[in-house]
Amino acid sequence: MRQNGPFASVFMLAFAVFMLAPIVVVVGVAFTPEGFLEFPPSGLSLRWFYAILDNPDFIDAGWISLKLGVVAATLATVLAVPAALAIGRGFFFGREALQALFLSPLMVPTVVLGIAFLRLLSFMGLNGTFLGLVLCHAIIITPFILRLVLASVVGLDRSVEKAAISLGARNWTVFRRITLPAILPGIIGGWVLAFITSFDELTVTVFIVNPSTTTLPVRLFSHITQTTDPLVASISAVTILFTVVLMVVVDRLYGLDRLLIGEGKR
Amino acid sequence: MRNLTARSWLLSAPALTLFIVLLFIPLLMTFVLSLNSFDFYGGIGTDISLANYAEVLGDSYFYEIFGRTFAIALATTVICAIIGLPQAYFLYRMRPLWRSVMILIVLGPLLISVVVRTLGWAVLLGNKGVINNALINIGVIGQPIKMMYTSGGIVLALVHVMVPFMVLAVWAALQRLDPSIEAAAESLGARPFTIFSRIVLPQAIPGVLSGSLIVFSLSASAFATPAILGGRRVKVVATTVYDEFLNTLNWPLGAAIAMLLLVCVLVAMLAWNRLVERRYGEVFE
Repeated sequence: MRQNGPFASVFMLAFAVFMLAPIVVVVGVAFTPEGFLEFPPSGLSLRWFYAILDNPDFIDAGWISLKLGVVAATLATVLAVPAALAIGRGFFFGREALQALFLSPLMVPTVVLGIAFLRLLSFMGLNGTFLGLVLCHAIIITPFILRLVLASVVGLDRSVEKAAISLGARNWTVFRRITLPAILPGIIGGWVLAFITSFDELTVTVFIVNPSTTTLPVRLFSHITQTTDPLVASISAVTILFTVVLMVVVDRLYGLDRLLIGEGKR
Repeated sequence: MRNLTARSWLLSAPALTLFIVLLFIPLLMTFVLSLNSFDFYGGIGTDISLANYAEVLGDSYFYEIFGRTFAIALATTVICAIIGLPQAYFLYRMRPLWRSVMILIVLGPLLISVVVRTLGWAVLLGNKGVINNALINIGVIGQPIKMMYTSGGIVLALVHVMVPFMVLAVWAALQRLDPSIEAAAESLGARPFTIFSRIVLPQAIPGVLSGSLIVFSLSASAFATPAILGGRRVKVVATTVYDEFLNTLNWPLGAAIAMLLLVCVLVAMLAWNRLVERRYGEVFE
């Protein structure tokens, strides 16, 4: 195969600048010593990072987002893995319909999901509760886990399972000792992708939080729509750092391209 | 066989229950809500009528919002296709080491919150923002160009948010490309452009089309980016629904607008899918 020429290099450089510019700018302005947003910063100061400590509402929101992401991703994984095992192996009546249903949150505009959840939760008296947030986030992130687990279930070599069964292993043993280890990378990848999706979710969440369960993206959003000060930049910089660390870990464990493209390529 | 079906449904039952209770029922409730009346003093009524839909469809204000939303989504999709296709192709031809670096740059932003990325664009695009300051400093322009609170600014930031999806889709299509065909064309004396247009492009088009579908539907319902960069001045459907629900508190009207958005997006997706499958069905087999 031919290598890329000079045009390709220039194009990719421009593309990289475009992709990185807003992120670099956010991190850059976070280090300003001034009281307003400036880029490049006139000096380097950690003033606005210390300022985060004086804003417990942002710290609380960060904790809520972390807890919500972990609980919702775990719940969604527990629900999606058996469903993926069912859908990924063998044809049964209603298989296509089930798969379409579990992937459907990706098709519905998030703002529609947001008001639908708001309607239901306020009807059930769960609006603004952590439980309500967990359940709704679980719905939104299930498709991401399902896709990745499905890809690893489809790629599974069934003969090992059959061998175990023929040797007298019980269903649960086969699952625990053979199936689960084989699809574990898919599960971990799906969990991480689901966690990040939940951690970053805004459009649905903004409808179903109350002041005591406000998540970090919602807190940031409502702050930004009123005023943009270096505080939101420093908080953003911290979340970017968090995401980058997570990304590097995932890339080592599972492969970022595999995570985002899926093994089955479609 | 029956055993397999029963077991499969049993395995799916927990997720299915959650989806019915928390997805299917709420969507149905929202549809019913969109048929209810609303009174600023009495709240949400229980009567059923199409009055809210009539109000939306009879008001040029809402036409403008829907028109703007789909124009922004379309522009975003076209730009994403124009820059995403070559990017995916170059990525496909890169050496593995550089490729993994580039993948990190292209796909990494996908994992960073849209709010954070849009904040970056707000800093870049403002009247006293990075771009305007730089242009004024080097003397290209005397007055700042207005980019915040414009549709153009929203499109620019949406392209940044959406283009990774396009690159992913095209790249997935290019993975099916057989490198030996390119090599054969080259050995027969084809120029790089001919190879690209005659061999690579036809194979990449299905990827562009499926990527366009994702980008269009996500852009049409995008909320954070238009809300931060457009504010109250450049409203799109999603921000209008938000205002109806959380500011005006006219839930039935907001629900009707949201239902219309849902229908528009679903119709666009189905029509697009049908078109793609009719023309390129065999490629997806």
